[in-house]
Amino acid sequence: MFFPGTENERHILKNVSLKVYDGDFISVIGNNGAGKSTLLNTIAGTLSADAGSINLENKNVIKKSVSYRSRWMSRVFQDPKMGTAGELSVAENLVLAESHVNTISLKWYNKKGQWEKFQELLKPLDMGLENRLKTQVKYLSGGQRQALSLLMATLSKPKLLLLDEHTAALDPKTSRDVMDLTDEIVNREKLTTMMITHKMSDALKYGNRLIMVQDGQITLDVSGEDKMKLDSEELVGMFDN
Amino acid sequence: MIISSLGQGLLWAPLVIGVFITFRILDIPDLTTEGSFPFGAAMTISLMINGQSAFIATLMGFVAGCLGGFVTGVLDTKLHIPSLLAGILTMTGLYSVNMHVMGKSNVPLLTQKVLTDYLPAWATTTQTIVLGIIITGIVILALYLMFKTRLGLSLMATGNNKNMSAANGINTDGMIIFGYTISNGLIALSGSLIAQSNGYADIGMGIGTIVIGLASVLVGEIFLRGRNILVRLSAMVVGAILYRFLLTVAMGLGFPPDDLKILSAIILVIVICVPILRNKLKTRKQLKIYLSQLTEGEQDEQVRSIKRPKFTKGVLSGDRE
Repeated sequence: MFFPGTENERHILKNVSLKVYDGDFISVIGNNGAGKSTLLNTIAGTLSADAGSINLENKNVIKKSVSYRSRWMSRVFQDPKMGTAGELSVAENLVLAESHVNTISLKWYNKKGQWEKFQELLKPLDMGLENRLKTQVKYLSGGQRQALSLLMATLSKPKLLLLDEHTAALDPKTSRDVMDLTDEIVNREKLTTMMITHKMSDALKYGNRLIMVQDGQITLDVSGEDKMKLDSEELVGMFDN
Repeated sequence: MIISSLGQGLLWAPLVIGVFITFRILDIPDLTTEGSFPFGAAMTISLMINGQSAFIATLMGFVAGCLGGFVTGVLDTKLHIPSLLAGILTMTGLYSVNMHVMGKSNVPLLTQKVLTDYLPAWATTTQTIVLGIIITGIVILALYLMFKTRLGLSLMATGNNKNMSAANGINTDGMIIFGYTISNGLIALSGSLIAQSNGYADIGMGIGTIVIGLASVLVGEIFLRGRNILVRLSAMVVGAILYRFLLTVAMGLGFPPDDLKILSAIILVIVICVPILRNKLKTRKQLKIYLSQLTEGEQDEQVRSIKRPKFTKGVLSGDRE
C-alpha cells in the first residue's frame, strides 16, 4: 500500500509510503493531530486523498467509495455507537456484517440456520449476548457494543482490519477484555490488521509491527525482533522529536 | 361519520406510510410530499381525461411520485443539498410541473370511470372502504416483504447509522434515493386516489399534506406501539384513519373547511406533546414510588425490583439515543 505525496491546505499526510504485508498486525502510534486517523480514514475511503494511490491486492482503489472498499476491509470505530446500528437487533447487525456484497439482494435475510451460527459466534464473548439476539443493540452497554462491533468487523473475513482506538472509550477492564478478544480473533483468522492506539503497552504487547506517525509522516517502522526490544519509555521519548 | 372517515383514512394511508418511510426509517423530514401528492393527482386525472383507464392512470400517478422522490434523493445525496432544502426545491419545482400537466389550476373529471366504479355497485362509502383496504393491503404486504429482505435491512441500517452501513458495504446514497423514491411514490398514489374520490385534481391540494402525514404517523404510534415492521406499518393505517376521524369531529363541531389547516397544525403540536408529557408523568410517578420505598426503609431487593424510570425523550427524535 503506497501513499505518495498528498497535497492539501493543511498538509496532513506527506509522502507516506507504507507497505502492509499479508498477516501483519501493525500498531499505529503518534501524538494527537499527527495524522493517524487521517491515515486510517484515507485507507478506508472516508477521506479521499488528493494524490497518490492505494493498492489493495494490486488494485488501485483511490477513487472507490467506502462501500466498495468494504469488500476487502472492515473497520471498528472509537465510538461504540458508530460500529453498530442501535435500532436494529443483534442478529440483524450480524446479518449486515456477514456479507459486504449483495446488500440489495431480494432474498430473505432471516434464516433459521443462521441463529445457531450466531449463537456459536457470540458465546465465546462470555457476555450473554447469545441469548439476546433479538435485543436492539442500543440497549447493550458500550463494552458489549464494542465487542459486537469487533465481531462484526471480522465476520466477513476482511483482507484488512482497521481498528481506530477501538478500546479508548471503554473502562480499563472492558478495554483489556476487548483487546484480548482482538488479539485472539486476529491470530485465529490470521487477519492483516492496522490498529491505532494511545496505549504504549498495547502497542508493544500486540502485533508484530509498529509504526509511529508524526506530522503526517511515518517516522518509525519496526517489526519482529526490533519491535520486541522497544520499551514504552523509549517510545514516549520519541514523541518529543 | 366513522364509516366515512374510515374510507377516507384508508385512501390517505399510503401517504402516511410514505411519510413513515422517510421520517422514521430514513430519519429525514421530506417536504417533497407537498409536491408529489398533487403530482400524483394531476398525472392520474390528466391521463384519465385523455382516455387512459383508471388502472393505468393510478399506476402512472405512483410512478410520477417516484420520479419526484428520485429527484429529491439525488439533490440530497449526490449534490449534498441538506435534505430539508432538497425537499423544498423539488416541491417548488413540482408546482410548475403540475400546472403544465393539468393545464389549469383545477381539472374536474367528467364521466370517466374511476377505480371505485370497477367494484360492484355498492354505496359509495362501502366502495371507498373496499378500494382502500385492497390498495393499503397491497402496499403493506409489499413493504412487509421488502423489509424482510436484505434490501429492506440495508434500508433500515442506512437510516439508522450511515457510517456503519457504508463500512458494511451498503451503498448508502443509493439506499437513501431508493427510500425517497418509494416514499414519494406512495404519497403520489394517495394523491391519485384522493383526486379520484373527490372527482378533481387541484393545484393546491398538496398544501399541508406533510403536516397531515406527520400527525398521522405520530397518532398511529401513540395508539399502536411495537418494533415489528408489520405492527409499525399497521400503526400508520390506524393513524391515518384516526386523524381523518379527528378532522371529521372538528368539522362536526362547526369549524369551517378553511380552518382545517390550522386545526391540522394544532393536532400535530398536540400529538408531539402528548408522548412527552405522558413520559414525564410516568417518570414522576415511578420516581415517587421509588422514593417512598426508600424512605420506608425497604431494603435493596424491593428497590431493585422496581423498574427504573424511563427518561423523557422528544417524540420527534424517536427512540434514538
